[in-house]
Amino acid sequence: MSEEIRTSKLDELRVVHQPLARHDAAEKIAGSTRFAGDLVYAGMLHARLVRSVVPSARLTRRDVTRATEVPGVVAVLLGEDVPNNEISVDVPGQTIAVGALKARMQILATERVRFHGEPIALVIAEHEDALAEACEAVEVEYDELPVISEPAQALADGAFQIHEGGNLLAEWRIDRGDVDAAFATADVVVEGTYTTQFVDHAYLEPEAGVGWYEDDGVMNLRVATQVVEHYRDVAKILGVPDSKVRVIAPYVGGGFGGKEDMTVEPYLALGVAHTRRPVRMQWTRNESLLARAKRHRNHMTYRTAATNDGTILAQDIEIVSDAGAYAYLSALVLLYSSVHACGPYRLDNARIRATTAYTNNPPTSAFRGFGGMQVVLGYESQMDELAKRLQLDPGEVRKRNALRRGDRLPVGQEIITEVQLAETIDAVRERAGGKPAPSGPRKAVGRAIASNMQSYGRLVWLNDSAAAWIGFQMDGSLTVRCGVPDIGGGQASSLAQIAAEVLAVDMDRITVHFGDSALNPLAGTTTATRQLLMSGNATYEAAVMLRDQLLGAVARETGDPVESLSMTPEGITGPGGITAVTAALQICRRGNVPVEALGTFFGPKGKEVTRDLDGERLFPDFTFGTHLADVEVDLDTGEVKVLRYLAAHDVGRAINPLSVEGQIAGAAVQ
Amino acid sequence: MSDGRIDVSTTLVVNGRRVTRSAGGHVTLLRWLRDEADVLDPKYGCGEGVCGACTVLVDGEPASACIVLAAQCEGSAITTAAGLLDDDGEPSPLQRAFHEHHAAQCGFCTPGMLMCAQAMLADGTTRSRDEIREELHGNLCRCTGYQHIVDAIEDAQGAAR
Repeated sequence: MSEEIRTSKLDELRVVHQPLARHDAAEKIAGSTRFAGDLVYAGMLHARLVRSVVPSARLTRRDVTRATEVPGVVAVLLGEDVPNNEISVDVPGQTIAVGALKARMQILATERVRFHGEPIALVIAEHEDALAEACEAVEVEYDELPVISEPAQALADGAFQIHEGGNLLAEWRIDRGDVDAAFATADVVVEGTYTTQFVDHAYLEPEAGVGWYEDDGVMNLRVATQVVEHYRDVAKILGVPDSKVRVIAPYVGGGFGGKEDMTVEPYLALGVAHTRRPVRMQWTRNESLLARAKRHRNHMTYRTAATNDGTILAQDIEIVSDAGAYAYLSALVLLYSSVHACGPYRLDNARIRATTAYTNNPPTSAFRGFGGMQVVLGYESQMDELAKRLQLDPGEVRKRNALRRGDRLPVGQEIITEVQLAETIDAVRERAGGKPAPSGPRKAVGRAIASNMQSYGRLVWLNDSAAAWIGFQMDGSLTVRCGVPDIGGGQASSLAQIAAEVLAVDMDRITVHFGDSALNPLAGTTTATRQLLMSGNATYEAAVMLRDQLLGAVARETGDPVESLSMTPEGITGPGGITAVTAALQICRRGNVPVEALGTFFGPKGKEVTRDLDGERLFPDFTFGTHLADVEVDLDTGEVKVLRYLAAHDVGRAINPLSVEGQIAGAAVQ
Repeated sequence: MSDGRIDVSTTLVVNGRRVTRSAGGHVTLLRWLRDEADVLDPKYGCGEGVCGACTVLVDGEPASACIVLAAQCEGSAITTAAGLLDDDGEPSPLQRAFHEHHAAQCGFCTPGMLMCAQAMLADGTTRSRDEIREELHGNLCRCTGYQHIVDAIEDAQGAAR
């Protein structure tokens, strides 16, 4: 992130900051958007996974003979048929004492299964009807092993080892100030233990995709994904060069983090490589719920020390998360939980101990907020506890402790941008007015607020970057190419707005080609609340370069000083008059000036994390918000009804306020 | 079919077009539309009649196409989201309201959501926001929080009166 913050005067903006209907909506309301599972190829095969029916076992027998005899079955593949059946995930910042630095998992299990739903065999057939029968006919025998369902059980001495090297996947520590001294001098101490539940993303579109070989021998996978860069992982599994695999992400039917890890990709690729025919894989909802990674269950213990006026002196926090059977992104999710553990509050003393351990539960990984959400339950419950104990107003206690620009988080990172937390608290309260009266004698109404802090952008040591290309067509219309997957948040539409603003082209004359790892510049993952920051700025860079190329060429042609020229909807406007964009493009062509530009945006840099997190910048920046809920409870039945829910967030200047509003409302309900 | 199951010839009038296809008697209306008739706007979301992504109108009544057999619908008129467009391919007032109110984010629930809303508009009742929400209980959306969807239906209902 360049540290300068771009500001334009509001009245100068024509397209950005306008509540525009999204450019992708016309197809979506007509029902013509072709999602990953909607592509049909002649001669296409269908594929389904045989999954483990037990959570922990040695595989003593895998026999596909009967399955291959089912009419319509083309192939049944086992782990031995996968060129590179083992993939590994880097677990950053850990020492040898914590176990393997690389967490391994198999594409198709050959010897051992660690969760109910783990893939064992891949069935490929001419038609879908044959799949169920053939999956049933794959014979698998299990020698069942002990099952661990709680991280505490996994971390106990002598616990059964789920993975070689132990059940501890990762741990993080933050130490700031003198926590024990602060607790000793505190007027008041509040404590609490909180547990969050597993949550499924439950996007309406289950995991799906179609794969095929293109005439050039490149494996094409058109899949529901948040990450087209998984083409590299697929290439590794197949044992081919990265350039031989292309991942296309069409409009995705919801992601929320659940399509950040690979889902259907390796299996489609195996099916295509083995049969040389197009293959479709569509997970059933049951498979999606059973086997795809969930939001972590966090067990959290909080102790908070404060003075009588509600000023927080210190927090002592322990977090234990359930990593499930395989590593995926659990170590990083826990890192986020650790950094966000104290919330949007200033405190000089903090001790945070965070641990994540393997269990035989389904794997856990990314889910909207990436570990930042679970800890809200912890720190906001503590704020309410503190307010209650001191008989202070919950909003005032939060405001008294709210972070300000220039403060440091417990991890040491300085907050470098404005924090409008107090304003969001005031906003929801002002809008809410008085608390509603109960609707009957045996009903009670309660009101609560909760504030939060959430990072955006990837961890700085990951050296994030994104690229986007913009080209003028000779008729003055515009083509934007950017690898960004559009998962329903308006990712592509926002880029069109940015290009439209800088280059003064109407939105309906702009086409955005997105989500393609081979034909578009790579923009990185649609995760970590990073795409508007990253691909948005890359598009902005490209648009400014392109604008300057045109203005420069026109300046040379007309003799007007370049700084006197600007792009307006009428054309390139200067003291000497207006040059139509089409005329400017011809001038460029005659003068050997490119009518296209590639912009690359680099995120801020930082050093790699270690287990003991120690004072460096970890994230590009943070956002802040407050929600308010009025809830009515039936005192006889316990039935709970949400009467009102309000959300206020400091979002800066929205590119599309309608999209932002939709995202916040959707997230609150989710 | 190669697996010995008995095929059934079914004729449906899909968005005004008469379509006859032979498929297994166990084939759901959703699979028949998507895999046999290339009508791809109804979506597979759960396969159990819970999420509403496959909602279509069968002779004007909303139905979850994933739990209805195609053969049961013999001779019926099936309307999907694409069938709401006029002859020139222009969106209906309901579709325009969805567009303007930003009622589609990822858009995967939208075809089913539109059909549920269309059935509401067709019965001539003017509904309150709470009543609209109640009618939508069988159509899940994970992106929007429903607010903009209710706005769109309320608006379209006003325009239709």
